[in-house]
Amino acid sequence: MIVFDGVEKRFGDNVVLSELDFTVRAGEHVTLIGPSGSGKTTILRLLMTLEKVNKGTIKVAGRYLSHMERRGKLVPADEKYSREVRKRIGMVFQQFNLFPNMTVRGNLIEGPTRVLGLSKDEANARAEDLLDLVGLRERIDEHPSRLSGGQQQRVAIARALAMRPDVLLLDEVTSALDPELVAGVLKLLRDIGESTDITILCVTHEMGFARDFSHRVMMFDGGRVIEDAPPDKLFTDPDHERTRSFLHAVLER
Amino acid sequence: MIWDWGYAIEILPALLRGLLVTLLATLLGSLLAFTLGLVFAVVRRNRVPVLDPLVRAFVEFWRSTPLLVQAFLIFYVLPGYGITLSPLTAGVLALGLHYACYTSEVYRAGIDAVPRGQWEAATALSLPRSRVWLGVVLPQAVPRVLPALGNYVISMFKEVPLLLAIGVVEVVTVAQQLTAQSFSPVEPLTLAGLLFLLISYPASLAVRRLERRVGVV
Amino acid sequence: MFDNLALIVGRLSEGLSTTVAAAVGGILLTVVFSLAAGLGMLSQVGVVRVVSRTYVEFFRGTSEIVQLFWIFFVLPALTGFRIVPLGAAILVLALNHGAYGGEIVRGAVQSVPRAQVEGAVALSLSPRDRMLRVILPQALVEMLPPFNNLFIQLLKSTSLLSLVVVAEITYIGQSLRANLPVAGQLTIYLVLLVMYLVLALLITAGMRWLERRAAARLGRTPRARTPGSRFQVGTAS
Repeated sequence: MIVFDGVEKRFGDNVVLSELDFTVRAGEHVTLIGPSGSGKTTILRLLMTLEKVNKGTIKVAGRYLSHMERRGKLVPADEKYSREVRKRIGMVFQQFNLFPNMTVRGNLIEGPTRVLGLSKDEANARAEDLLDLVGLRERIDEHPSRLSGGQQQRVAIARALAMRPDVLLLDEVTSALDPELVAGVLKLLRDIGESTDITILCVTHEMGFARDFSHRVMMFDGGRVIEDAPPDKLFTDPDHERTRSFLHAVLER
Repeated sequence: MIWDWGYAIEILPALLRGLLVTLLATLLGSLLAFTLGLVFAVVRRNRVPVLDPLVRAFVEFWRSTPLLVQAFLIFYVLPGYGITLSPLTAGVLALGLHYACYTSEVYRAGIDAVPRGQWEAATALSLPRSRVWLGVVLPQAVPRVLPALGNYVISMFKEVPLLLAIGVVEVVTVAQQLTAQSFSPVEPLTLAGLLFLLISYPASLAVRRLERRVGVV
Repeated sequence: MFDNLALIVGRLSEGLSTTVAAAVGGILLTVVFSLAAGLGMLSQVGVVRVVSRTYVEFFRGTSEIVQLFWIFFVLPALTGFRIVPLGAAILVLALNHGAYGGEIVRGAVQSVPRAQVEGAVALSLSPRDRMLRVILPQALVEMLPPFNNLFIQLLKSTSLLSLVVVAEITYIGQSLRANLPVAGQLTIYLVLLVMYLVLALLITAGMRWLERRAAARLGRTPRARTPGSRFQVGTAS
């Protein structure tokens, strides 16, 4: 479903990712862990076309994301093409990023009506179902500012799901929440993981969640994949010293 | 004190009629400034290839030079190239163009103040560009800059009298005409001045109240 | 268009000294009024506060042209004095822009962190010293950018003097209009605009230089606002 091939990403002189190759199969849940600055979030941002690759290619669902084919050659993708391909990718942000000038309902139907071409009724029906799923149906006509952080994040998840994406990107979605609200969001994500076959790529510090939720865990450091294994293996008996020391430091809580 | 109350009351209606023209010019000029300024700001923010540097250069140039000279240019020179404008039209155009240079900076500040995450969320939903601007960014940017825009409207109102130089008959023009008739400049000009105060002071208080409600950019 | 150019520039330049005199005089007097009004609004003495506030609201709330005409036409009628055109012009410019400047001064002084004021009080500095040695130097850096804009506004306002027959560049430009074809008129106005632009750039350059010096004395680079930056009481001024 997702293929990174020789990807390099630089910010000025700072090489954040180099010669990155990895694959994610459809329906897999992959968690990316590692220290800050290791490039994990950059991977999500590249997938969401918030950044462009300097070298290499990214493919999603068999189509190039980062480039387009023109007369048999690959050229960097333009805005229009990117927009087409990334319709199948959704993202939930650390800071929720709900639109404050719209109600919850407005936030949820914006994408489906404007991008997917659903009618107002269809979009509303979908919004209502999703809010049932996340347990916030009764807040549908309120503004985001009246909701708690955890509630806003759940709405943000619903908003991403409203687009029926093939791929869902979760960027430290609980890091900005009060500790007591974290559990609710994680439970929701677990339910979604079990009930759908969306491919999920997740960056998180919540190791317990990573362990239960993922099919694979990738440990990043310095822009490279240090280790790539199922959670049982990686968490109990990692191959690499760096993974070991990282886990030791993080789990020492 | 040389003040003739009888005369003052007599000339008030004429002055008020002139004031209406002043207000009209302010209204039309503001509408032009608000719209054009927004266009400038969006062009600059989107870094539209050829237009961006042009707009930037123009705005810097136009802002730093006197409105009076600009009004002269528009009123006296354009007819030579086939565009003849009435004094009021030329005046409104001059006001609008000049103040658009201020409002564009105000809009830019407002747009910059919209958190980056909002742009990113709109991208994540694959919203078309027009929708990102109209549905997400501008609704958040504009309310915050309303106080600054309000202050510019008040400034414009006070600058309208310079249009008398191109023949617009607004309140100060009327005052000058009355003076020419009666040889007494005291009542007409003082009343004109008071009329300005009576409108712009409460207006500026209202803008200050708006600032407190909206928060300043 | 260009045949007349040299002629036009030459004639317009005759008004430059007046424009510059009005601008410089206006700026200097504006600084005086701004400081007086700004500090006045912050005074402990109620009467001073009220008078300052009234001055500011009055001159900000009325039109500069009305003020100009009033001083030029009404004042002589009321008092019988003959006014000196350039002097009266500078006075009006300063009264008007000094009111806006007063707000700038007030805002800048109030933006100096409370901690600095309290430090000065703790050192038992007199109110005068507090203001002169501690508060104003720090407020100065905040004030300079808005004053830059204000001074350019003042420069632009000198063009209004053409309406009361003061022979600055706009007035001369208008007087040249009569005998020229449209292309010539365009030249006049473009040259005028460029002249004002150049003067505005000079003002900005001057203000930037002042900013650098003021900030250097506080031990910081301009516009890098660090609260509570290295400040020494008793710095030689």
